[in-house]
Amino acid sequence: MSRRSVILDEADRWLFPVIVMVSVYVTFRGHNAPGGGFAGGLITGCAFVLRFLAGSDLRIRRSVIARPDRLIGAGLLLAVATALTPVLFGDSLLESNIWKLQVPLIGEVKVVSSAIFDLGVYFLVIGVVLAILLALGTDPSEPVEEREAT
Amino acid sequence: MTALVLAHFVVAVVVLASARARPVIGAVVGCVLFAATAVTIGILGIGVDRSRVETWRWIDDLGLQMAFRLDGFAVMMVLIVSVIGALVLAYSIAYFDHDETFVRFVGLFVAFAGSMTGLVLSSDLFTMFVFWELTSVCSFLLIGLNDRSAQARTAALRALVVTGGGGLCLLAGVALFQVLAGTSSFAELAADPPAGTTATVAAVLVLVGAFTKSAQFPFHFWLPGAMAAPTPVSAYLHSATMVKAGIVLMARMSPIFGDLDVWRWMVVLCGGTTMILGGARAMRQVDAKLLLAFSTVSQLGFLTMLVGLGVPGATYAGVAHLVAHAVFKAGLFLGVGVIDHSTGTRDIRKLSGLWREMPAVAALMCLAGASMAGLIPLFGFATKEKALVALLDADVGSVGWVALGFVTVGSVLSAAYTVRLLRGLFATKPTTRDSAQGHMAQGHMAQGHMAQVRHEPGSLLVGPMASFAVASLAGGLAAGVAGRWLVAAATSLDLAAASKLALWPGINTALGISVAVVAVGAVIGWRVPVTAPPHHPAVSGERIFQHTFDGLVEGSKRITVVTQSGSLLAYLAVVMSVVAAVLAVAIFTDPGAGLRDLVVADSPVQLAVSIVAIVFAFAVVLARDRFVSALLIGGVGFGCAVIFATFGAPDLALTQVLVETLSIVVFLLVLRQMPRRFAADPTWAPQAIRIAISTAVGVSVAMFAVMVSGARSAPSVGEVYGELSLPEAGGNNIVNVILVDFRGVDTLGEITVLAVAALGVTNLVRMALRHRKPAEASDSETAQPDRADDAGSADRSSVGGQRP
Repeated sequence: MSRRSVILDEADRWLFPVIVMVSVYVTFRGHNAPGGGFAGGLITGCAFVLRFLAGSDLRIRRSVIARPDRLIGAGLLLAVATALTPVLFGDSLLESNIWKLQVPLIGEVKVVSSAIFDLGVYFLVIGVVLAILLALGTDPSEPVEEREAT
Repeated sequence: MTALVLAHFVVAVVVLASARARPVIGAVVGCVLFAATAVTIGILGIGVDRSRVETWRWIDDLGLQMAFRLDGFAVMMVLIVSVIGALVLAYSIAYFDHDETFVRFVGLFVAFAGSMTGLVLSSDLFTMFVFWELTSVCSFLLIGLNDRSAQARTAALRALVVTGGGGLCLLAGVALFQVLAGTSSFAELAADPPAGTTATVAAVLVLVGAFTKSAQFPFHFWLPGAMAAPTPVSAYLHSATMVKAGIVLMARMSPIFGDLDVWRWMVVLCGGTTMILGGARAMRQVDAKLLLAFSTVSQLGFLTMLVGLGVPGATYAGVAHLVAHAVFKAGLFLGVGVIDHSTGTRDIRKLSGLWREMPAVAALMCLAGASMAGLIPLFGFATKEKALVALLDADVGSVGWVALGFVTVGSVLSAAYTVRLLRGLFATKPTTRDSAQGHMAQGHMAQGHMAQVRHEPGSLLVGPMASFAVASLAGGLAAGVAGRWLVAAATSLDLAAASKLALWPGINTALGISVAVVAVGAVIGWRVPVTAPPHHPAVSGERIFQHTFDGLVEGSKRITVVTQSGSLLAYLAVVMSVVAAVLAVAIFTDPGAGLRDLVVADSPVQLAVSIVAIVFAFAVVLARDRFVSALLIGGVGFGCAVIFATFGAPDLALTQVLVETLSIVVFLLVLRQMPRRFAADPTWAPQAIRIAISTAVGVSVAMFAVMVSGARSAPSVGEVYGELSLPEAGGNNIVNVILVDFRGVDTLGEITVLAVAALGVTNLVRMALRHRKPAEASDSETAQPDRADDAGSADRSSVGGQRP
């Protein structure tokens, strides 16, 4: 991973935030149009793959948010909490609540509780992709293939 | 009552979590809690006409509930649990070094007391089962408190396996009752006892459960092993309370099933054998604590017979002796603990002349011991006398006489081992060669042959023990009063079991037996030399258990070796063959279904993409290079995504594209570590066989897919979901609404699986790295402390923890 590509470096710098924004959009759009937490999480996963290819895993490790265990835990917690909250109020598991809010300038915004559930899925999927990426991408030992070649 | 039980667990958790700095505070809080429990239960339960009942809904569909009932017997048991608990806990403050284990001890001790309180309050078999298992778990953790000792860990595991296995028998019995009678409540079972073979089987299963818990033959061997626990644990769990759980269960059940011949004979034969076996083994022990453990085994056999017979008089005697035993045995255990603490040994060969150096302790132990031997005027005399009278009067035919025989012989042994214990601990003995040798080998003391008193025991050590000894005496002197208190406890088990105790019963047959028993026992106890080496019988329950246990472990290892070859190819061959075979059966039941409506392609795009994907798929098979085949598989996946899109499934297509992209990356990351080319074919799987299996799977999956698509008989759920999507879940995207709402529980399960899989990948890779380069790994581990910890725990688990 010593050979770094300027093109990938620059692409990562400019595209990473854009891809993450797209992924958030896709996640919340999912309720009414193609998308959702799973797809959104995978898109962010792709952003991390780009960063991984550009700057090796060290760059990802330096980031505070990108800790796979925390993301997985937070995602699972969010999803389970959303699933259980209706039970506290006597509804069934995962019962959806729909709130319609009047937001100035934008107008009526519909918020559905299951979007929070989807957000949990989103974080968890990012965590899973990161976990796999970091586990398999980090290897202090040289690849077997190269050892055989020498 | 429920609140009291819960309070125990809350205190336990708080102590375990927070009392690291000052565990004594935790112990004091525990004592206060026990005292509060005793007072509360006393106020709620004593002298009340109607028993208090608390019932909580649990699993309605199965008719299960958590039910507590505070009747006379429950009051008595709770008082035993909490009063003895408070005294033993106070004692432990002085007994323990205040280290990490003391924190754990206090927390687990309180948790155990809570479980035991719940157990004795249960008015329902299922409720009792829950607390039953909790006590087993607490006992396991407390026996293994010193987790650095291999012996303690083995003993803990053995106790857990035996009592846990018994717990399973109990559960099976309870479930049978639930099915047969539709209830697991003691009161309802008693009102309408189920009959027939199944009921008998259930009763026997329950009895086996009780036997394992109360260390009855042939399950008695775990109890002496449990003496690996610190003395307060032995005194409380393994003599006064937990081992009484089986007695409690029998006491509740025997008024219902005591009439069954099987029940009665099992109880008498197993209980009697246990009583004599325990007594005989106690006579061969030189470790005072082990001697007491075997005497507990013996006494439990006695109680089992009394309580299990289901005869009113014997039930009353059993209840009375249960109290007497809890009191004197706790006192004796604590006394041995005091001596151990002061002299550093419990070996009766090494102790001599202690009566002169610790006169108070000696006097108190003699009181408790006299109660165990059944000497007038102690509590143990009154209760044993009552038991003999009850057995003489019991009108149950030969089984009663057999029980009487067992009790007589067992009581002789009780007197004998009491003499052995007290003489061994306190009497002045001439030094023998044997003991001197044993002592050199152990290297306990630097000077002299005998152990010396190193320091005087403090009042916190002696106080609790003195309470028990004095209670043994008071119970005997005021036998009439004590007997009246016990009536409420006995009658709540069996209405006819009202009786009384007396200090002087008058000259009768039972008294004659008593006198003879004590005389013979004392002679035997005095004649058997203290220095006799410990005896290890050739056939013992312990060995049989260990052989069975090892055999099971070894056998499962062999089966694993045979079935789990570790070859990916072999696993795939088995899995795929099964898939093909199952699908083939399904296909041949209705050949040709769905073929009629088959369309080649809806559009030229579909046709073109399909052909490309098929070509990619063939290329995967032909490729000799791992990288190339991974990329080609990706190509097949993207082809599928396009086909999904053409069918109007944008969500599916989007997800498929993303998954394929990430899969290729993951593939490439993994393949970096593998040889570039595929390995040569193994000899057992020639190419022809592999092609045959692959083709069979491919063809059968394809045909099955076609068949299933033509087999729809009910309307698609998609239509229903489509209508409900917007009004119910507020979303237009049906796929997403299904994922997060209609089938949200599935999604929850799936993301949990994902999380676990990610953890698995992370840890597998970490393990693989460590195994690949041990030398390099050990270097890096010294640099990374967290890795070093992991390696340490892995080592420990692999060698079974036998660290030097």
